[in-house]
Amino acid sequence: MDKPLLEVRGLTKSFGALLASDSVDLDVREGETHAVIGPNGAGKTTLIAQLAGNLRPDRGRVRFAGEDVTALSAPARSHRGFARSFQITSVYSEFTALENVMLAVQAHAGHSFRFWRPARGETALRSPARAILEEVGLGARSDVLAANLAHGEQRALEIATALATRPRLMLLDEPVAGMGAEETRRMIEFLSTLKGRKTIILVEHDMDAVFSLADRISVLVYGRIIATGTPEEIRANAEVRRAYLGEEVQT
Amino acid sequence: MNIILVLEQTLNGLQLGVMLFLMAAGLTLVFGIMNLVNLAHGSLYMVGAYLATYFYQLTGSFVLGVLLGLAGTLVVGIVVELVALRTLYERGHLDQVLATFGLILFFNELMAIVWGRAAIYTTLPAYLSGHVELFAGLRYPLYRLVIIAVGLAVAGLLWFVVARTRLGMLIRAGASNRAMVAALGVNIRLLYTLVFGFGAALAGLAGLMSGPIHVVQPGMGELILIDVLVVIVIGGIGSIRGALAGALIVGMVDTLGRAFLKPMLATVISPVAADTAGPALASMLIYLLMAAVLAVRPAGLFPARG
Amino acid sequence: MNRRTAILLAGFLLLAAVPSIAALLGQPFYVDLLRRVMIFAIAALSLNLILGYGGMVSFGHAAYLGVGAYAVGVLAHYGVHDGYLQWALAIAASALVALVIGAVSIRTSGIYFIMITLAFTQMLYYLGISIEEFGGDDGMRLEVKSQFPGLIDLNNGNAFYYLVLAILVLVALLGHRLVNSRFGMVIRAARSNEARTRAIGFSPYPYRLAAFVIAGAVCGLAGALLVNHTAYLTPEFMNWTRSGELMFMVILGGMATTAGPVLGALALLLVEDVLSGWTQHWQIILGPLLVLSVLFFRRGLAGLLFGKDE
Repeated sequence: MDKPLLEVRGLTKSFGALLASDSVDLDVREGETHAVIGPNGAGKTTLIAQLAGNLRPDRGRVRFAGEDVTALSAPARSHRGFARSFQITSVYSEFTALENVMLAVQAHAGHSFRFWRPARGETALRSPARAILEEVGLGARSDVLAANLAHGEQRALEIATALATRPRLMLLDEPVAGMGAEETRRMIEFLSTLKGRKTIILVEHDMDAVFSLADRISVLVYGRIIATGTPEEIRANAEVRRAYLGEEVQT
Repeated sequence: MNIILVLEQTLNGLQLGVMLFLMAAGLTLVFGIMNLVNLAHGSLYMVGAYLATYFYQLTGSFVLGVLLGLAGTLVVGIVVELVALRTLYERGHLDQVLATFGLILFFNELMAIVWGRAAIYTTLPAYLSGHVELFAGLRYPLYRLVIIAVGLAVAGLLWFVVARTRLGMLIRAGASNRAMVAALGVNIRLLYTLVFGFGAALAGLAGLMSGPIHVVQPGMGELILIDVLVVIVIGGIGSIRGALAGALIVGMVDTLGRAFLKPMLATVISPVAADTAGPALASMLIYLLMAAVLAVRPAGLFPARG
Repeated sequence: MNRRTAILLAGFLLLAAVPSIAALLGQPFYVDLLRRVMIFAIAALSLNLILGYGGMVSFGHAAYLGVGAYAVGVLAHYGVHDGYLQWALAIAASALVALVIGAVSIRTSGIYFIMITLAFTQMLYYLGISIEEFGGDDGMRLEVKSQFPGLIDLNNGNAFYYLVLAILVLVALLGHRLVNSRFGMVIRAARSNEARTRAIGFSPYPYRLAAFVIAGAVCGLAGALLVNHTAYLTPEFMNWTRSGELMFMVILGGMATTAGPVLGALALLLVEDVLSGWTQHWQIILGPLLVLSVLFFRRGLAGLLFGKDE
């Protein structure tokens, strides 16, 4: 039963003359936390966008739990068990934190062609949403407008919204981007509670987060995956050091 | 339905297409570069027609009327840009639509106050009126041929400017990436004003050329504006090539449809029914075409941004 | 009772008192004016659903005023005066037209959507002009108002006024429930952040289309009311400048509020009425006024009246 949950084969995407994804192959096992790292402009967000269904690849296949999902739209993938958080915070600014999460719950709680009953009062939506907000540490802030949350809280809200759809696979695009040291520590702590429960693909620049959370790491440079392996293997990989880690590791 | 009639209507379609192109080019340029939806573009068309007619009557010279009318429209366009539109570049499309809608009301009423609401008819000077014998049996109005020639010349000029000059390069760059052009240190404000003025001049040209054929009256701009919007949607917003293709297609379909749909229908259904259905269907033709194009290509035929 | 409810209630009572006040002042004209305002308020409320809450800049909403009016007018032209039938057809026809136009338009977005909805409205306008049977661009009179035997006589100005008021209140209440229901939340979410909405599993298209149809149907009802109010109909009902006016009512009044469109209708129509009393060239004043209001006054009247808590 070692078939990967997510199989990516030959994913290729060009924007005019720019080759953003160059025949990317990737396998992610169920329950694994798989980090994708690489220099700026390597094509990480483009890769996430193709996996989430926001962007159509020019060539290549994405298989999820054995099913070919390459042609599926983002909403359809969400219903297959994908969830995505965005690199640039993308919450509903004019709704409260609770309403933000309730909407995600609503998307997966039966149909939404209901025209009469006020949605905000539905316990079936409120309870799960509250529970998730508690889990990410936003319980006390649930009635605050998302626009008025601090940056770190908004990032946490992103994660909460992703969790609310009860995904099997989470695509997290730089979850700790722009966060201070303490907030980053708390987010890493929270994400580690998800390890094993959820399959996570984590795009990150913050090496603390990467090395403490990742089971395996793939390194993306100019749209190509140049290496995949455990954190130790990647640290030791000469090509990786040359291409990416070389500038950052002080040893 | 004989061959002469078909050829004549085809030329009419070409003439309409060329006029639509002049309007569409200005509108699509302004949208592509400044991301501004300017519904008052039709008002500039109207201003061109009124000013040219006025100067023609004042000076007695058609040519002088054209030149002064063109210059006048250019000035009006630049003034409008400086006074009313500058603040709208940053706003969303909804604000732009509403604000330029207000401008339409203003200009229509201004024309009515200065020149009255009645339609004004212009007579052409002798050297422009009359017909030309194109070949056996086909006599076509000289003035319409002049319009076609002018329109194609402008199209050629536009192509040259956009494809071969530095200004054109900036325009093309601006159409696909506004921020980049600004970052390159180009004087964006000046570029915007120039582009808008140019678009205004094109609209004014279309307006003053149409004056002698159609009537000059308040609200004439809006009638053609809708067709121009259809042209741009079909052709692809922000693209001059799309504006030309869309304009020619719409010009042809509309003209030929209005001319031949009724008789064509009369061969399959009763003449009485065709009498109602024909014109009704003909008036809807370009919209159905637009819907059909959008079904296959939601961004139009030649969208500017790949 | 909070401030907002109190103000709304006061507004309703004021509207309800108009016929009596008008009778006292000997000015039946006010009943006419306010009835017209309320009919447009209903149309503006319907537009608010898709524009204010849904973020869909539909520049063709007046089309449904026309469809509703023509449904009534055409039936009356052929001798069918049954109000129930006429108004049911007005609503159904508008819903159908909205379905067709929406199905094509909603696949696009942004500037394309604006232009396409505008184009389709003009198509209907030209269609109306080209059908000589129904008066072409002169339009036709409604000789006999919609008949509701035993229920109400629309020739009675006050009775008609109260009917319109009742419909306005009903539409406002139902609309309020709608935008807070699950369906309404999806519409509002799709406007707020479309990428986020797709990411959590909603495909906005079917919801937007449904909202578009609902808005069209309600506006069709407003059209049926309008033609009975004016006793004539012309393709001008569907003119795009009419659409622009509706949009202004929604924006000026305050988007995504319930009271907003009503206030907007009241403000715009009153301003037009006053200005046209001064000069026949009132549009030259209105035009710049509208431009200025867009540039400087975006919060809307409802924001002014109710403060931030709407």
